Amino acid sequence: MKWTFENGIPIYLQILGRLRTEIASGAYSPGAKLPAVRELALEAGVNPNTMQRAFAELERDGLVYTQRTSGRFVTEDAEVLKNLRRTLSEDVIEEMCTRLMRLGMSREEILSAVKDWAAEASGQTKNS
Amino acid sequence: MAVLECMHLTKRYGNLAALDNIDLSLEPGRIVGLVGPNGSGKTTLIKLAQHLLTPTGGEVLIDGMKPGPETKAVVSYLPDRDFLPSWMNVESLLYFYEDFYKDFDMDKAVQMLQALNIEPRRPFKSLSKGTKEKVQLIMTMSRSAKVYLLDEPIAGVDPAARDYILRTIIGNYSENALVLISTHLIADVEPVLDEVVFLKQGHIELHENTDALRERTGMSVDNYFREVYRC
Repeated sequence: MKWTFENGIPIYLQILGRLRTEIASGAYSPGAKLPAVRELALEAGVNPNTMQRAFAELERDGLVYTQRTSGRFVTEDAEVLKNLRRTLSEDVIEEMCTRLMRLGMSREEILSAVKDWAAEASGQTKNS
Repeated sequence: MAVLECMHLTKRYGNLAALDNIDLSLEPGRIVGLVGPNGSGKTTLIKLAQHLLTPTGGEVLIDGMKPGPETKAVVSYLPDRDFLPSWMNVESLLYFYEDFYKDFDMDKAVQMLQALNIEPRRPFKSLSKGTKEKVQLIMTMSRSAKVYLLDEPIAGVDPAARDYILRTIIGNYSENALVLISTHLIADVEPVLDEVVFLKQGHIELHENTDALRERTGMSVDNYFREVYRC
């Protein structure tokens, strides 16, 4: 997937967000080796120092670990990954609810709309 | 320690101060954007660092030395116009560079030229503008220099060529080198910059880490530039 960046948000934060999502979704699976800083910087078209900074944050959060000679790997700690998914999904839910409330929906209306959506979506999967 | 340092650097052309008493200190390992509108002093600063101009006052030091033959051995400079002898073909340019610069990596240059399918026997002058710019950049980035001075490396080429050029820069600079890129196409280079220096009428308006600037202003460097230089 192509890398694009939004205005006004530090680039390392945007990279960090994307890498977190890829780890949470399993695009980078537990224990998988991450590409080298320079390689990924080249792919994203960003400064290697910026990529390094994003990697350092991932490491600080315990999502990746460095093996001295062989590179960086995604954590295999299921608890850490579960927490990551929860944090990321809470962010999405909060953003969605804020926007729906701005449209004038109450909490109850949002809840029932989400249930309706889920029922409809599962119906569609069964039919297809 | 700074690898490029300006102290009270001033350059006057008659009454006009192209650079007026600037102090600037740039560290190795960084990619720095030198931005500002036309006539703000970008090229003057680069030419002073490369000893193509002499200062009216103050000084500029490269790796602690005054600009001269010793600094040219460690600085890889890309001028803002065609600078290679146009009668040479691409192959003879390679030998030309190998003879001139101890730090020129022939294999690297050949590999990059091959990746672009540039025919080595083609005379330089027969190449398109975009290809010429790519060849010039390949020559510049195939040196393992301490400082790269790139004057408008992406001006006048199409967006795909710009991408190629930026990737060639980040893929090839020596890790402990300083890369100084002058440009007014900020949006294109923004993601590759560590720091940005804004020049305005011969003064330094701002020198900041790009991510810090984005965080502080809530704007891209490009949008912020448009604010600062609104006509």
